[in-house]
Amino acid sequence: MALTPALIQEFVKLTSPQQVLTEEADRQSYSYDAAVLSPRIPALVVSPATEEQLGKVVKLTYENGLPLTVRGSGTNLSGAVIPEPGDAVVILTNRLNKILEINKEDLYAVVEPGVVTSQFAETVAKEGLFYPPDPGSQSVSTLGGNVALNAGGLRGLKYGVTKDYLMGMEFFDYNGNLVKTGSRTVKCVTGYNIGAMMISSEGTLGVFSKIILKLVPPPKASQAMMAVYDDINKASETVAAIIAAHILPCTLEFLDKECIKHVEAHTHAGLPVEAAAILLIEVDGSHQAGVDEDAEKVKNICHKVGAKDIRVAKDADEKFKIWEARRNALPALARAKPTTVLEDATVPRSKVPTMVAEVNRIAQKYKINIGTFGHAGDGNLHPTILCDRRDKEEFQRVEEAVDEIFDVALKLQGTLSGEHGIGQAKAKWMVKETNQATVDFSKNLRKALDPKYLFNASKKII
Amino acid sequence: MPDKAIPIPGSFRELAELLMSLDNLLVSCMRCGLCQAVCPVYGSTMREADVTRGKIALLENLAHEIIKDPVSVNDRLNRCLLCGSCQSNCPSGVNIMEIFIKARSFVAGYLGLGVIKRLIFRHLLPHPRLFNLATSLSGIFQKPFISRVNKSIGTYRAAILKPFLGERHIPSFPDKSFTARHGTIDKPAGKSGLKVALFPGCVPDKLFDRLSEATLKVLDYHGVGVFTPKDLVCCGIPSLASGDSKGFLRLTSQNLKELGQKQFDYLVTPCATCAANIKENWPRFMDNYSAAEKEAVAALTPKTMDITQFLVSVLKVEFKPAEPAEGAATVTYHDSCHLKKSLGVAAQPRSIIKSLPNYRLVEMPEADRCCGNGGSFNLFHYDLSKDIGKRKRDNIVSVRPDIVATGCPACLMQLMDMLSQSGDQIPVKHVIEMYADSLPGLAA
Repeated sequence: MALTPALIQEFVKLTSPQQVLTEEADRQSYSYDAAVLSPRIPALVVSPATEEQLGKVVKLTYENGLPLTVRGSGTNLSGAVIPEPGDAVVILTNRLNKILEINKEDLYAVVEPGVVTSQFAETVAKEGLFYPPDPGSQSVSTLGGNVALNAGGLRGLKYGVTKDYLMGMEFFDYNGNLVKTGSRTVKCVTGYNIGAMMISSEGTLGVFSKIILKLVPPPKASQAMMAVYDDINKASETVAAIIAAHILPCTLEFLDKECIKHVEAHTHAGLPVEAAAILLIEVDGSHQAGVDEDAEKVKNICHKVGAKDIRVAKDADEKFKIWEARRNALPALARAKPTTVLEDATVPRSKVPTMVAEVNRIAQKYKINIGTFGHAGDGNLHPTILCDRRDKEEFQRVEEAVDEIFDVALKLQGTLSGEHGIGQAKAKWMVKETNQATVDFSKNLRKALDPKYLFNASKKII
Repeated sequence: MPDKAIPIPGSFRELAELLMSLDNLLVSCMRCGLCQAVCPVYGSTMREADVTRGKIALLENLAHEIIKDPVSVNDRLNRCLLCGSCQSNCPSGVNIMEIFIKARSFVAGYLGLGVIKRLIFRHLLPHPRLFNLATSLSGIFQKPFISRVNKSIGTYRAAILKPFLGERHIPSFPDKSFTARHGTIDKPAGKSGLKVALFPGCVPDKLFDRLSEATLKVLDYHGVGVFTPKDLVCCGIPSLASGDSKGFLRLTSQNLKELGQKQFDYLVTPCATCAANIKENWPRFMDNYSAAEKEAVAALTPKTMDITQFLVSVLKVEFKPAEPAEGAATVTYHDSCHLKKSLGVAAQPRSIIKSLPNYRLVEMPEADRCCGNGGSFNLFHYDLSKDIGKRKRDNIVSVRPDIVATGCPACLMQLMDMLSQSGDQIPVKHVIEMYADSLPGLAA
């Protein structure tokens, strides 16, 4: 159906003139997200400021058969909020940004979907509590977006990802009716676990209006170290040995040779550019003595496996310095070339060395530059392709290389995406990772909840 | 001095082609969107076209003729304080200021400046005597019309001037500007062995002349020679912000001529914006200078700095942290964007404040978040400027200070206006006047 001036007026009536953007320049600025994909300009952008407005806007959009994409801060890397073709409507959540409740007795919080992740984490920290998921875009990403894409981060190994903190939620279905699932209790078996289905649904099943998130007590002590390897296999063996020793570091990050080279060129921080890999390891806990003991064990493991150098942070300043390499990984890679394609293929932990070797082989095969860093403890690597999207021929090779990276990840019993999402970028690969029956099942589910197929139609499952 | 060739696009196609010259810069934005965290305008409106990522996307679309509406793009491009917060936070290091300054020049060249801006930038700013006359006349004529609204802050309101000033609470003009009072200043180096060019900047010259006086007093005290030619003109940032690079070049040429009369070791200013503009924007237009000017700009920019940076980092004045005296005033410090984000000056003013026993420094939340003034941004987008300023005001008030300090006259004006409109009794001071007040008086 078409978006008529009369219909635009109805959107204005539901909200206010300032909340409905129709000018071309404004609409063009909602045509993209952080994925390297072609933009698509929406016909209308609406930013509801209350739950009631949100429900009514969803209903009006759906009734009129207009494609609908919900957008938080537009920072995802899979094209999940690039608008659909046709007279598409983008619904912004960033005015729905209230933290409704922080409950210190029962350790949960209730938020609107547009609350920014790091602002939420800082607010709960002031209350002496901890919200661990920390995606790279946390300073701007929204909690609604985090739930819609099941955002991860550096703390996945020990603390889990967004799905591990979702206790319940409310969302609007296609009729604009409010659906409730989960609760404020630790245990809840009422009804279907719909929240689990909404996690990483990428805007295809409903429009979130309220989210209940679990909070935990913060760690009271931590210890960080950097281990340097001249053989990437040894770095990987270290990861396996640490976990076999029943130690779960809160972060266990990996940088490969190419990545170290770029970071050093950018920061001149004195990183070991000859190294094949470095691991950045942090352990935390509720007692300094216990943390020190774990740190000592980790240090011994690194030694035993064959790290050629281990630097343990003696104080907060040194800890800050140790993490500098990781903080600068993306900035350094992003500065090297105009376009940065950040991939996200994930493999079982033990397959990390094979995966890195394969990524390097693929880089050579397609004559492209790839630096790899990532969450070694999760097998979640970020091969980062440095290129120039204006060079059509090179970008063709980049796309082929990405396809081959997926192939390899699947062969290693891994997955297409650890935390960036399927979105528009990887939807065509779903059959390959699963099977046709899975895709059909998902489509049936989707048709039941979105009969006109208007909720972010080209994303997730096609 | 004839104008060098600043390209003026005659058609939309030419405008698009000119913008394509920025393509290498534009393409390095990876659309990560992290600028949303720090952009003061986005923080207020939460509209993507108001944040850097959105503006860069629009400029790219204009260059590629995906949008053919330069007026709309220009409107959005100008909703920016040029505070540089995005650039200092950008993970891929996009040269955002270069993009915005050049793009404003191209688009304004195509759309034209408008009569008022042309009058101000081309006919008032380049003529110091006329500009001085205009401000001192304003000083004289405003007196019967204005009434004081806040004694602590020293702000006034003028009902009759409401069409021009809106709701603003403003300071009053002195009878004479700093340069009109002193004429050309040329004092030899004293015990420091150094001589500086003191560039007051329009606001510390014509409105807050006490800042220039304080700077002069401090330099005298430390035995630093001073050279201030009386016919210095505006540093050019208002022209540049409006895309008038031609007017900007005219001002730069005149300033270079004035400054070229004498030798000096450094150029210092109590205006963070002037310092940042001279350091960053004067060299941006290297292609458009004469050979002699090119050489002068190349020599000048490395030795241009903020006055507090000069005192701490060059003169090595020892500012020992002092124990606050009994009854010391609580002061909180606002980081001006042009000081911290452009020049990297944040520690120096704080170390000066901490050395003064009459003050106790308490940090406010978001001390380095923009106050929303943005120079001419405040004139053209007052509602937005005020909304951004309100957040700054709330942050200041949250630490219950007796006074608030800053290092930029533009911030000073904004903080005065915001605090005064909220009825707060919190005076606003420049760090250099706090320091000057602590020094013994000198014979003239």
